[in-house]
Amino acid sequence: MIFNIVRKELKSLFSSPMGWVILALLQFVFGTFFLIGVDQYFQTMSGAMRPEQRIGITAFVGQNVFGIASFVMLFAVPLLSMRLISEERRQQTLTFLFSAPLSITEIVIGKFLGLVGFLSIVIVFMAAMVSSMNLWTNVDFGYILSNVVGLWLLVASFSALGIYVSSLTHQPVVAGIITFVALFALLILDHFLAGDPTSTMAYLSLMRHFEPFSRGLMDTKDFAYFILFIITFLTLTIRRLDADRLRG
Amino acid sequence: MSTVTVEASHLTRIYGGREAVSDVSFNLSKGEVLGFLGPNGAGKSTTMKMITGNLAPSAGSIKICGIDMIENPKEAKALIGYLPETPPLYRELTVDEYLAVAARLHGVKGTQVKKSIERAKERCGLTEMSKRLIENLSKGYQQRVGIAQAIIHNPMVVILDEPTVGLDPIQIRDIRALIKELGGEHSVILSTHILPEVEMVCDHVQIIHLGKLVFSGGIDVLKQQRRGNKLLVGLNNPPASEALLAIEGVIAVEQVSPGLLRVRYNEGQSPAEVLVQAAVSNGWGLHQINHDQTSLEDVFVQLTYQEAAEQAS
Repeated sequence: MIFNIVRKELKSLFSSPMGWVILALLQFVFGTFFLIGVDQYFQTMSGAMRPEQRIGITAFVGQNVFGIASFVMLFAVPLLSMRLISEERRQQTLTFLFSAPLSITEIVIGKFLGLVGFLSIVIVFMAAMVSSMNLWTNVDFGYILSNVVGLWLLVASFSALGIYVSSLTHQPVVAGIITFVALFALLILDHFLAGDPTSTMAYLSLMRHFEPFSRGLMDTKDFAYFILFIITFLTLTIRRLDADRLRG
Repeated sequence: MSTVTVEASHLTRIYGGREAVSDVSFNLSKGEVLGFLGPNGAGKSTTMKMITGNLAPSAGSIKICGIDMIENPKEAKALIGYLPETPPLYRELTVDEYLAVAARLHGVKGTQVKKSIERAKERCGLTEMSKRLIENLSKGYQQRVGIAQAIIHNPMVVILDEPTVGLDPIQIRDIRALIKELGGEHSVILSTHILPEVEMVCDHVQIIHLGKLVFSGGIDVLKQQRRGNKLLVGLNNPPASEALLAIEGVIAVEQVSPGLLRVRYNEGQSPAEVLVQAAVSNGWGLHQINHDQTSLEDVFVQLTYQEAAEQAS
């Protein structure tokens, strides 16, 4: 059943130009950064005499591409997640889902996985792009894997927050703005509190937990953080939809 | 084995202190078409939302084929097909794609999906519109797609909220025929404002007003009310009222317009024959005699505003 909803979400996304356009634009952006990275590698490395300054091409290009990815996703995810539930409310199609033999949990998880599935396509392309350098050199696959996993978890968390905000309103644009501001605020907070690594706020920050992945370190505590974040917001979404049914 | 398909008991829904639906109970058996009538804001759509599990009742219960909607919502919903007031259509999909989604989500097995889509399209007259985007269809065709998604999984209970709204007369006839056909094997609950439609299609009628059921019974009972105990008599030379009142069974005579009289009589004692004989022998110039049928609208108004009048007095 969840699979059927995932299928429906993907079909909806790809039926209109929006899905294709966003995929294409994201790929364009990442592709450009990839090119710039490869281009600049030799220029930068020829000037680096000391051994510490010499980093492998995977890390160099990876930093370029994956580093910007988290920032770009900050913009892209609200655009996609805003319509998940508020559009259904606006078009009165939520009745369709509620009248079908589906539990609200199935509906929410299905929509969430649909969005994450779509974004996974972007991530897979990114990984393929960076791995393509393996044709000419030894690429550090561990680094790529760690970055991909980290980015995937980050994007899934963004989506979970996005779907929750979407369930709060019946206007997609409002949901989009709120999601964007919330994610942006989380990011900025992280910057402001960067000086004090022991503060609690820093512990809650998404980026704080994404950073080890970008260095190549896969820590179970960071996994746990992301999973908890996702579960929290999905549960809140389910409760919100149930409250709708109870309150009318 | 019970053939009761829908069992609603003491359904109540309270919105901020006001009872939108108040203690509504009814039963529906297999093969019956129930018409749900009521003025705007009476609570028809709210009741339907509760029956289909879209809204939780404040009190009361719903059982679909014996399965409680609140305890086992998934199993109960699998037996229902619902068309709400606004058809829940995904405008960016084509008719085929949308019906495929509907079929799968309602539990139609993978191999049967294509067949059931074809069948639903045939029954609703959508075969030429398969590849069209739903947003490009006219309102009437969109309504038909809405009906198609309600019947695609062949549910035991079909609930239609104003299904013929926006359709042209030919389409309306087709849809009414479809509803009658559905009523054969399944149960149908139909909510509408069009009273002649109720007479044509339904077996049972319920009238809801201000959240309460003011009438619940077979369609013939309603038709009986229409007939009433009145004769409309047209006389060229009407006599004095006493002459008419003298006829056995006549209770009252009132003049509708010069030469047209409304004669009320006792239940079952139609004085039509005696009247005709008297008219001929006394030269009253009888040119018209027929049952004075109250229009269904009048019955409807009578039943819904009787309550209001009683409350006011």
